[in-house]
Amino acid sequence: MIITEMLSYGFMQRALVGGSLIAILCSVLGVFLVLRRLSLIGDGLAHVTFGSVALALLFRLQSVYMTLAIIPVVLASSMGILQLAQKARIYGDAAIGIVSAIGIATGVMLASVAGGFNVDLFSYLFGNILSISSSELVIAALLFVIVIACVVMFYNELFASTFDEDLAKSSGIDTERINTVLVLMTALTVVLAMKVVGIMLISALLIIPAVSALQIAKGFKSAIVTAAVIGVVTVICGISLSFVMNLPSGATIVLINFAVLLATFGGRALRGHK
Amino acid sequence: MKDKALSVQNLCAGYHGSEALQDVCFSVNRGDYLGICGPNGSGKSTLVKVILGLLAPTSGEVSLLGTPKSSFQRWDRIGYLPQGLQFFNPHFPATVDEVIRLGRLSAKKFPRRFSREDAAAVDRTMEWMGISNIRGSMIGELSGGLRQRVLLARALVNDPELLVLDEPTTALDPETRESFYKLTFEMNRERKSTVLLVTHDTATIGKYASHLLYLDKKVIFYGDFEDFCNSSEMTGFFGEHGQHLVCHRH
Ligand SMILES: Nc1ncnc2c1ncn2[C@@H]1O[C@H](COP(=O)(O)OP(=O)(O)OP(=O)(O)O)[C@@H](O)[C@H]1O
Ligand SMILES: [Mg+2]
Repeated sequence: MIITEMLSYGFMQRALVGGSLIAILCSVLGVFLVLRRLSLIGDGLAHVTFGSVALALLFRLQSVYMTLAIIPVVLASSMGILQLAQKARIYGDAAIGIVSAIGIATGVMLASVAGGFNVDLFSYLFGNILSISSSELVIAALLFVIVIACVVMFYNELFASTFDEDLAKSSGIDTERINTVLVLMTALTVVLAMKVVGIMLISALLIIPAVSALQIAKGFKSAIVTAAVIGVVTVICGISLSFVMNLPSGATIVLINFAVLLATFGGRALRGHK
Repeated sequence: MKDKALSVQNLCAGYHGSEALQDVCFSVNRGDYLGICGPNGSGKSTLVKVILGLLAPTSGEVSLLGTPKSSFQRWDRIGYLPQGLQFFNPHFPATVDEVIRLGRLSAKKFPRRFSREDAAAVDRTMEWMGISNIRGSMIGELSGGLRQRVLLARALVNDPELLVLDEPTTALDPETRESFYKLTFEMNRERKSTVLLVTHDTATIGKYASHLLYLDKKVIFYGDFEDFCNSSEMTGFFGEHGQHLVCHRH
């Protein structure tokens, strides 16, 4: 059987486990980001990550060291983006657009100083979960535990601030702190997601499973669980399909997600016509 | 001071330099039912936001239930129904009971977990308001009136001592509006909650409220309804007809 053959490879086992963990993080945070209209922050962070990756490559940092080096940079940028989005209320999206552009421009500049685009940078742009190493998997598992623990601890406060920020504040919830927690968790997740689908497609992994889940969910908890299930299933299918048919894994995952999104839209429309 | 539900002193507040409230002073006794009226843009919602700590005042003092606002922590003793949700998303995936339960968060410390007691309080409130049958419905799929009722249930779920309602009845048909007023009246009479209700419905509010605050950036009138009706200053301000309309306490 092709499945048993697939599962017998160490790299496939690592890819499936790592991919599933990261998919859960992306989908769960995605629900909060989409509902709070912060999905752009994921995109902005992805582009800042590009700049950080180029910087790390300049110092010849690879794999785990790369991940560890860019985490503080991306965390710091995430705070900056949050400030921009909150302070420049009306032009928040424009502010994030500017940060994105600066991230990309910095990356391109550093890459050309370092001797032009090479295979390395390319692999970060489009990701390759099949190449995840054991130590990278350990980091992913560690960050997974941290982020999930945060989501569990702050779950009700996240839900309340997502539903309505003023109502949450009037219940004594410090919504600014909750926003900070959410954006920091997103920053960690974006760094991990880079390995799965690449910088170009990170926001897809954050947004699409969440939007699909929102089409069919019957409550808030159900939306979170549905998103996580969709994320895991599409990542596993995507990795398997890309292995069997020798396709790029990141693009496969995103396209499968798009198919699921269309299906949930269809499902909702059918339900509406009943 | 201690027995006041709310005291507001020399309050000024505004947005980006433009002043929306000028030197507002008044205080509300426990058990009062205060109607807050005034034209559009007169600062009613701004006043409510400052009272609840959603907007920082430029100057002045607010005390809630005998405690200065800066040290006030007991948000579970206050129930709030906003004029509108900030960005209400009709596809928001939350059920009615999930939304009402959010009201219970204010009584909790980190990590704010719900218990069986909370579920019981949610059930009690839904029962009392007659909305138990829609507990599993999605909040976005309800009619405007029912949604408003659910948000009122959220505000009432802690049996608050002070209830702040910002134009709760604008989207309601006359019948629902009446039952809405009755509910707040019951809260005030039977549960001894102090009620602050912002409304444009000057013709009806006199039936339920004990006091009236008429606001137009400044306090134009504050006192009980009798005083309002006998005040010749208010006759000058509203005209005899206008004053009679408010006083028409059926
Ligand atoms: N978020 C805001 N940013 C800037 N200005 C605001 C904001 N909210 C209110 N204002 C201004 O403050 C003033 C008072 O507004 P407020 O909402 O308190 O009035 P209101 O009495 O509640 O009116 P309405 O009856 O329409 O609800 C208005 O001039 C309004 O334009
Ligand atoms: Mg208002």
